[in-house]
Amino acid sequence: MSPNTPETNSPTPAQPASVQSEPVLELRRVNTHYGAVHILKDVDLDIYSGELVCLLGGNASGKSTTLRTILGMVKPTTGDVKVNGQVVTHQSTRDRVAMGVTMVPENRRLFKRLTVRENLDLGAYLRSDSDQIASDMERVFDLFPRVKERLNQKSGTLSGGEQQMVAIGRALMANPRVLLMDEPSMGLAPALVQQNFELIQQIHEAGMTVFMVEQNANMALSIADRGWVLQTGRVVLDDTAENLLAHPDLQASYLGTAEQ
Amino acid sequence: MTAAGDFPASQDAAPAAAPRRRLLEQDWRKLLRASAILAIAQVFIGLSGMPVSFDRRLLIDPILSLGYLSLLWLPLAVSYWVGREQVLEGMTAYARGGRDVLAGAITGAVGNAGLTLLVVGITHFDIRDPLVNWSPQLLGILEFEESVWLGALIWPAIGAGVGALGGGMHWASSRITRTTVIVLLSVFGTAVLESVITDLSQGFHIEAVSDWLYGPKRGLTYPAAIVVAAAAAAIAGGIAAYRAFLARTASTSGQLGIAASGETSANRVRWRRIPVRRLVGFALSAAAIVVLPLFLGRLTNELLANVGLFILLALGLNIIVGLAGILDLGYVAFFAVGGYSVAVLTSPGSPRFDLEIPWFGALFAAMLLAGLAGLLIGAPVIRMRGDYLAIVTLGFGEIIRVLLLSDWLSGTFNGAQGITNIPGVEVFGLATVRGFEPRSVLYLVLVFCAIAVYVSWRLENSRIGRAWMAIREDESVAEAMGVDTVSAKLMAFVTGAVLGSFSGAILSAKVGSVFPHSFAIIVSIVILVVVIFGGMGSIAGVIAGAAVLIGVLGGPNQPGLLQEFAEYKILIYGALLVWMMLQRSEGLIPSVRRARELHLDEMNQDAWLRAQVAADDAGGGGGGDRSEGEQP
Ligand SMILES: Nc1ncnc2c1ncn2[C@@H]1O[C@H](COP(=O)(O)OP(=O)(O)O)[C@@H](O)[C@H]1O
Ligand SMILES: [Mg+2]
Repeated sequence: MSPNTPETNSPTPAQPASVQSEPVLELRRVNTHYGAVHILKDVDLDIYSGELVCLLGGNASGKSTTLRTILGMVKPTTGDVKVNGQVVTHQSTRDRVAMGVTMVPENRRLFKRLTVRENLDLGAYLRSDSDQIASDMERVFDLFPRVKERLNQKSGTLSGGEQQMVAIGRALMANPRVLLMDEPSMGLAPALVQQNFELIQQIHEAGMTVFMVEQNANMALSIADRGWVLQTGRVVLDDTAENLLAHPDLQASYLGTAEQ
Repeated sequence: MTAAGDFPASQDAAPAAAPRRRLLEQDWRKLLRASAILAIAQVFIGLSGMPVSFDRRLLIDPILSLGYLSLLWLPLAVSYWVGREQVLEGMTAYARGGRDVLAGAITGAVGNAGLTLLVVGITHFDIRDPLVNWSPQLLGILEFEESVWLGALIWPAIGAGVGALGGGMHWASSRITRTTVIVLLSVFGTAVLESVITDLSQGFHIEAVSDWLYGPKRGLTYPAAIVVAAAAAAIAGGIAAYRAFLARTASTSGQLGIAASGETSANRVRWRRIPVRRLVGFALSAAAIVVLPLFLGRLTNELLANVGLFILLALGLNIIVGLAGILDLGYVAFFAVGGYSVAVLTSPGSPRFDLEIPWFGALFAAMLLAGLAGLLIGAPVIRMRGDYLAIVTLGFGEIIRVLLLSDWLSGTFNGAQGITNIPGVEVFGLATVRGFEPRSVLYLVLVFCAIAVYVSWRLENSRIGRAWMAIREDESVAEAMGVDTVSAKLMAFVTGAVLGSFSGAILSAKVGSVFPHSFAIIVSIVILVVVIFGGMGSIAGVIAGAAVLIGVLGGPNQPGLLQEFAEYKILIYGALLVWMMLQRSEGLIPSVRRARELHLDEMNQDAWLRAQVAADDAGGGGGGDRSEGEQP
């Protein structure tokens, strides 16, 4: 359970670039605008296979915009997004999903009037390998036995915790190479937050590359390998989780707004 | 108090445990509000002229006309509504009792006092001037052709009686309530279906039945009404008993298994039963649909053909609105494209072209053109959302009509004169479908309805159907799942357009002429009401909605069973739309998906979640035990 969490995390090397040649996901000097408003300013990120990394930032600092830029739901004005070393800046969201980038959206955003099963099916929307889909569905059930019980229930009637499971399950059904998570702890009852992060860690330990965006810095850094801190669209800190936790700037400027 | 005391089960709360309210312990404000609404509505109905226009139509020979029914149904509905209580978790569920009856009676009496005011007002003031629809006959109807005093006093009394019935429906067991509703609907239905039943009994040479059922002045005879009511009650009781029997056997077979597998074994029983029953039911109804027109007369076949045309339209719009969630208010455009394509290509009276190609060829062209129109209208609006999209589609629907009417294109479409002399449909040299042979039209319509139902059904369960539903639920998340939202939405437009063009193409051949005014905005609105009333996203619902609304009320330019409604059709469609929206109703036959989303369920869920969060917040660690159920 949670007591051994620090042990598994602390030996993680600080320079993952030496282990892996090419990042799964890379942002190079990305600038994103909404209309005339400059949101992301020269953002550089790189995420390597098997990592659990997080992007921290306060409200409206541009975290969701970063994820939307990665998925191509908003196009950067300058800079490049690379998936598996390939520039995808001008490719559609659909193509990027097909390349293995999948998001668990902010607030879970299930298809509320569809059943749990239909939600999971939609996660695998672009896939046609039905045998593999079925076995992935089984994996989701192994991870969340609760989801299997609720398969034919309308997802909008699930409790917050169960909705989170379905949202993660839906993303896993895409068989992603990298899982983007937009504020997974948002809107969850405090008792569920801890459990939620344990779950993310569990998925990560099963081999998934996870890029998580969070306001809850302490919690996120307790399970992440590395992290960045975003302030009004600019990356101001880039370090290992340990160093970030100890960083005076983070404590002063940012943690004041985070819970606990 | 125990923990159970905090969260009483909502549905299955034991009546014995629920506290009782005293007779006078009413929610007076709610009563007053309902009474005021009822009073205003009753006065409005009276002054709208409905009671007078409908009075000619007898439902039960000497005692009840449609006119009086128009003044009776609302007190029943409002007093039932007054007694309705949403019981949420965490709230006290009160036992039903005399209080509900009293509440209904008070509402009915006070509300109908509006009619008393109306009687007194009409007698003392001249209201002819501002209210042109008002006719002096109204006073006679309200007074039962007796005296002002009777008229003034009897309506509150009637209101009290009807209201007590409405409120009492909550008190009675659900079985009694259901039986009452079935009986009332059966009697009403038999009376409304008079012409169809007369037609059928002539077709089967059993005129005696309809002669016995209906009096010489139309309307059920007294004894016939009683017999119909008794038969309906007997059938309802029989079905209830059969259901109870099924439930009992199912639960016994469940108990036979091990406790854990109880659910699965029940599932297996149900799974085995349904397909056979469905298959038989499907085969029987298909056979009935094919055979029945042979025994029906002209008028009924004509009526059913109109219903079928609207089923086609509604199935098409259902794909756009019901599945993809795009609120298209200009759907009539595709109907017009279908109608005019056939008219221009087949009619010798077509001003520009002298092609006179056969109908099936023209249908093919109509489909292509409608698909193209779907793309053209769809492309600019697809990036819009919600209200903007609705308004723009409304505009496009109107643009098509204006173009058809315009001088600019009158060389092709003949402006307001329209295109006439459209020939019938030659079915491969076997038969000819012509407007003056409604039976042949009905068969043609049925074939296309079958196609449309099959296509809708296949699409709904396909990949694109899933994509549509995802877009309907949450467009940007659908996009994030890899759905190509632009092409999926265009696809919905094109599919809906093609289905709508079928209907227009048949209409052209059926009526033999097309005019721009046949394709006004109101057609879009009526189709939308049919879809919403039937149940958005549900094929069976859309069909039922078209059958009930178009069959009974009639389409915008087509008469229905209750031809007396003609003047008030639009008013009724409008009222229905407002009511459906206010209730956020799921329609006559909700789609399987929507049936699951019982509102109460959702509200319970919310209440439960709030309680959960509150407990967590309050207790910190202490809340942990309650959220234990949360842990996977
Ligand atoms: N669609 C949009 N159009 C215009 N501005 C937007 C849009 N979405 C977000 N923004 C703005 O961009 C900024 C960053 O938003 P976001 O990335 O959602 O922040 P975060 O997820 O960190 O809370 C905010 O100031 C927000 O108001
Ligand atoms: Mg955000």
